[in-house]
Amino acid sequence: MSKLHVTTSINGEPVEFLCEADQSVLDVLRNTLGLTGSKEGCGTGDCGACSITLDGRLVCSCLVLAPEIEGRQITTIEGMAQGDHLHPLQQKFLEMAALQCGICTPGVLVAAKALLERNPDPSETDVRYWLAGNLCRCTGYDKIVRAVLETAADMRGAA
Amino acid sequence: MNAIDNKWIGRRTIRPDGADKVTGRAGYAADNSMPGMIWGKVLRSPHPHAMIRGINTARAEALPGVKAVVTAKDIVDFPLDKSVMLGIQDMRWMCRNVMAREKALFHGHPVAAVAATTEEIAAEACKLIEVEYEVLPHVIEIEDAIMADAPILHDFLRHEGKPSNIAATMVNKLGDVDAGFAEADIIIERSFKTRPVHQGYIEPHACTVSCTADGKATIWSSSQGQFMVRAMTSLLTGIPQSNIRAIPAEIGGGFGAKTIIYLEPLAVLLSKKSGRPVKMVMSREEVFRGTGPTSGSMSTVKIGAKKDGTIVAAQGTFYLQAGGLPGSPLRGPVGCSFAPYDIPNVLSVGYDVVSNRSKVAAYRAPGAPLGAYATECVMDELAEALKIDPLELRLKNTARPGTKAAYGVVFGSITFEDTVKAIRNHPHYSAPLDRAPAKGVVRGRGVASGFWFNAAGESSAQVNITEDGNVTVTTGHPDVGGSRASIANVTAELLGIEHKRISVLIGDTASIGFSNLTGGSRVTFASAMVVTQSTEKVIGQLKERAARIWKIDPEAVVWSDGAARPAGANAGQFPPLTLKDLAAKANEMGGPIGAGIQLTTVGADPGFATHVVGVEVDVELGIVRVLRYTAAQDVGRALHPDYVEGQIQGGVVQGIGWALAEEYLFDKQGRLDNASFLDYRMPVCSDVPMIEPVVLEIPNPKHPQGVRGAGEAPIVPPLAAISNAVHDALGKRFYSLPMSPPKVLAALDG
Repeated sequence: MSKLHVTTSINGEPVEFLCEADQSVLDVLRNTLGLTGSKEGCGTGDCGACSITLDGRLVCSCLVLAPEIEGRQITTIEGMAQGDHLHPLQQKFLEMAALQCGICTPGVLVAAKALLERNPDPSETDVRYWLAGNLCRCTGYDKIVRAVLETAADMRGAA
Repeated sequence: MNAIDNKWIGRRTIRPDGADKVTGRAGYAADNSMPGMIWGKVLRSPHPHAMIRGINTARAEALPGVKAVVTAKDIVDFPLDKSVMLGIQDMRWMCRNVMAREKALFHGHPVAAVAATTEEIAAEACKLIEVEYEVLPHVIEIEDAIMADAPILHDFLRHEGKPSNIAATMVNKLGDVDAGFAEADIIIERSFKTRPVHQGYIEPHACTVSCTADGKATIWSSSQGQFMVRAMTSLLTGIPQSNIRAIPAEIGGGFGAKTIIYLEPLAVLLSKKSGRPVKMVMSREEVFRGTGPTSGSMSTVKIGAKKDGTIVAAQGTFYLQAGGLPGSPLRGPVGCSFAPYDIPNVLSVGYDVVSNRSKVAAYRAPGAPLGAYATECVMDELAEALKIDPLELRLKNTARPGTKAAYGVVFGSITFEDTVKAIRNHPHYSAPLDRAPAKGVVRGRGVASGFWFNAAGESSAQVNITEDGNVTVTTGHPDVGGSRASIANVTAELLGIEHKRISVLIGDTASIGFSNLTGGSRVTFASAMVVTQSTEKVIGQLKERAARIWKIDPEAVVWSDGAARPAGANAGQFPPLTLKDLAAKANEMGGPIGAGIQLTTVGADPGFATHVVGVEVDVELGIVRVLRYTAAQDVGRALHPDYVEGQIQGGVVQGIGWALAEEYLFDKQGRLDNASFLDYRMPVCSDVPMIEPVVLEIPNPKHPQGVRGAGEAPIVPPLAAISNAVHDALGKRFYSLPMSPPKVLAALDG
C-alpha cells in the first residue's frame, strides 16, 4: 500500500508529510520530521512525555494516528518558546529547578501550558490532578507543582 | 543554614543544560540519527526457562531489507568456570544477560537481534528466526527457589555442597550475637517481604552505533557511565577500548539501572556485520521485561535490648532475588541495616537467590531499603514495647564517630544523630494529629532512619581558559540530576567570576580521562574534588603569568575576585590582571591556560537520613495516602540546594511508590503480568504531597567544599517510615510490601 499524504499545521507552520496509515503522530514527529522534543516513554499513553496539543486539546501524540492530523493544528514543545524568548513556564522551570533528568519536561511543560490556558488560577490540587498523566521519576513532583503555581501567579499579575 | 560566606556555592543558579531541556532540544539517546542508519530489534524468549538447542536465522536473513542478524555465538564468551570482573559486574553474567547463551533464563531474555532498513522489517525478521527450545520447569519466587526440590537454574552453583539456587552468601559479623541476646531483657523478631520494583526511568534504553571498516566503533547512548559502556562493549565484542568512542547522550533517568548495558554490544555487532549505523530503542514493555528491576526480598530481623532501650544484639537474614543470573545487592541490606546504631553484637547474613526473572540491576542505594525496612520496623515495635519514643530509642543507640560498624569500618565524622534530632525538633513531629478526621478515615505518623555507604572513586576533569577569558569545564560524568549546575557554582567560586562565564560539559571517552560511574552518590563529591584541583592548578598558572608580566615572584601574587593581584604592599603596586587580561596575553606569556586532574578520590563519608511521615488510610477502599513528609539528611554542603532537595524529594517519592503500590506481578507461566506504566503503578503527581527536605550542612572534613553524597540515602527510610505510620493509623502491622489497597483491605478484614 502506498503512503498517505498529510497536510497539517505544526507550531503555526504548514507541514506536509507522507506516512503509513498506522503510524502515530509521535513517530512522524520524531522520525519523519525531526521534531524529537516530544519523547516516547511508553507508547501507550501512560507517561505523557509525548504530550502535544491537537486543535488546542492536550493529547498523547503516541495515541493519535498521523493521518488524523490532516487539516488540523498541532503544537509541540518546539513551538513553546518564541524565538529566543522562553515561555514563562519554561523560564520558571529553570529558575525553580523543576527538572532533573529532563526527559519528562517537554511533556510536562506542554501539559502545564494547556492547564494555564484553561485555568489561570489553579489550586495545588488542580495542578496535581491535571499533571497526573505526566510521569516524572526524578523530582517527586514537588518543584514542578511549585513552578506551575508560581508561573500562574506571575502570569495573572502580568495580565 | 551554613555560615560559610560563599558567593556562588549554595546559590540556586540556572543549570548550564537547562535551556536545551525546556525547549526539547537536549539530545537523549533515542533522539540521535545518522545518515544511512538502519534499525535493530531484539528477539526475546517466550519461555521463562528453556535450553536453547538451536537457532536458525536463515529465513530472517533472507527477508528483503534485513542487513544483519546476531546471536550469542557472535558475542565473546566468558566461560562459567572463570570470573572476569568489571567493577562489581561479573562478565560471565553480563555476556549471558545481553544474549542468552546455553539457556533462556527468563521470559523476555534476548536470544537474537536483527538489523533491517526499517523497524517493521526488523520486527518481522525476528518472527522468522527459528529457535529450538527445550522448555524447563521455572521458578519465580524466593521461597520456591530455595526449596530442596526447586528447579535448578545453574548446575554449577552450589550451596552447602549441593546444587542450589543460592548463588552467594555474605556475612557481616561483630561480637557474639548469642551472648548479646542472652543479655537482652526484650527480643523482637519479625519476618518481612518486599516485591521487586523497577527503577522506572522515563527514557527507555536506546543507542545508535556506527562501526566503520577500519574496526572503529562510535556509540551514542545514554548511560550512567560512558567509560562503563566502552569497557563492557569492548569485553563483549572483542574490539579494543581504544577503537571504541562512547559518547554520552543526555540521560533520561537511570537510578542505578543504567550502570550496565543491554543494547550497545548488540548494536555494535549488527553495525559491524551490516556496515551501516544501527539504532536500537527498547519499548517500555521490553524495559519492564528485560531490564532491572531491583530485588524482591525475604528478611528476618531480630533485635534484643535492655529495659532502658540499650540494644545489645541484632541479627538479620536477608534473601534477595538476583534474577536469572547471580548478583543481587547483598551488601545493601547486610551492611546498611544496622549501621546507624552502635550495637556490640551483630550478625547480618545475605543470600543471593537466582530465579527465572530478569537479572536485577542497581536501584538507588541498592538493597539498603530492603534491610532498613525490616530493621526500622522492628525498631518501631521495640520502641512501642519499651514505651520509649522511637526517635529517643534511635538517639540512645546512635552510632557516633568511632563506632565500629558490622560491615567493618570504624566511623569517622558521621552525623546520624543530627538527622534524628532534626526530625525530633521539626514541627511536623510534634504537630497535633487528628487520628479520625472523618468516618472511615484514620491517620497516623511514623518515623524511620537509613544509611548509605556513599562512594568516591575515579574521576577526571579538565578546566580550560578560552582565548577570550571565559572557562570550559569538562568532566567524565553523565549528569543525572543537575551536577553540571553544582560544578559551575564551584568553578565560579574558585575563580571569582560570574557563573554564566563557565560552560560545563560532559566529555566522551576520547576527550576526557577515565571517570567511574555516575552512581553511589559519588558524582558531586568526586567531580567537585577533581574540578577544584584542576581549577587550583589553573589559578596557579594565572598567578605565574601575572608574576611574569609584573616581573615579581609568583609567590607574591594572589588570586581574588577574578583577578591576579599583588599579595601586599611589598610585592609592588600593579593594577589587577583579570582572567580576560591574562587570557589575551596567554600566547605571548607561556601558551594556552588549562589544567586537568585524573584522580581516585577518597573521603566519601557515609550518609544518614531520618524521615517522618503522616498518612491517612481509607478503611473502605484500603487506600493509603501520604499527607505530609519531612526528610532530614546531612549532605555536608549543598553546592546547589535545588538539586540536593530534588534528590531527597525524588528519592522519597520512589520510596512511597515502593511502599504503597509498585510490584512485579507474574502469571503462572512465569511471565510478567504488568509490563506497562498503566499496570505497574508508579506515583503520579496527584498521589503525593509536597516533600519537605531538611538539608543539614555539616561539612565533610575530607572534601574541599565539605560535600557528602546525597542521592541515595533518601530512598532508604520511606518503606519503614510509611509502614510504621500505617501501623500508627490502624493499630495493625504489615510485614510485606506494597501496602496496596487489596492487601490493606485483606488485613482489615482478617
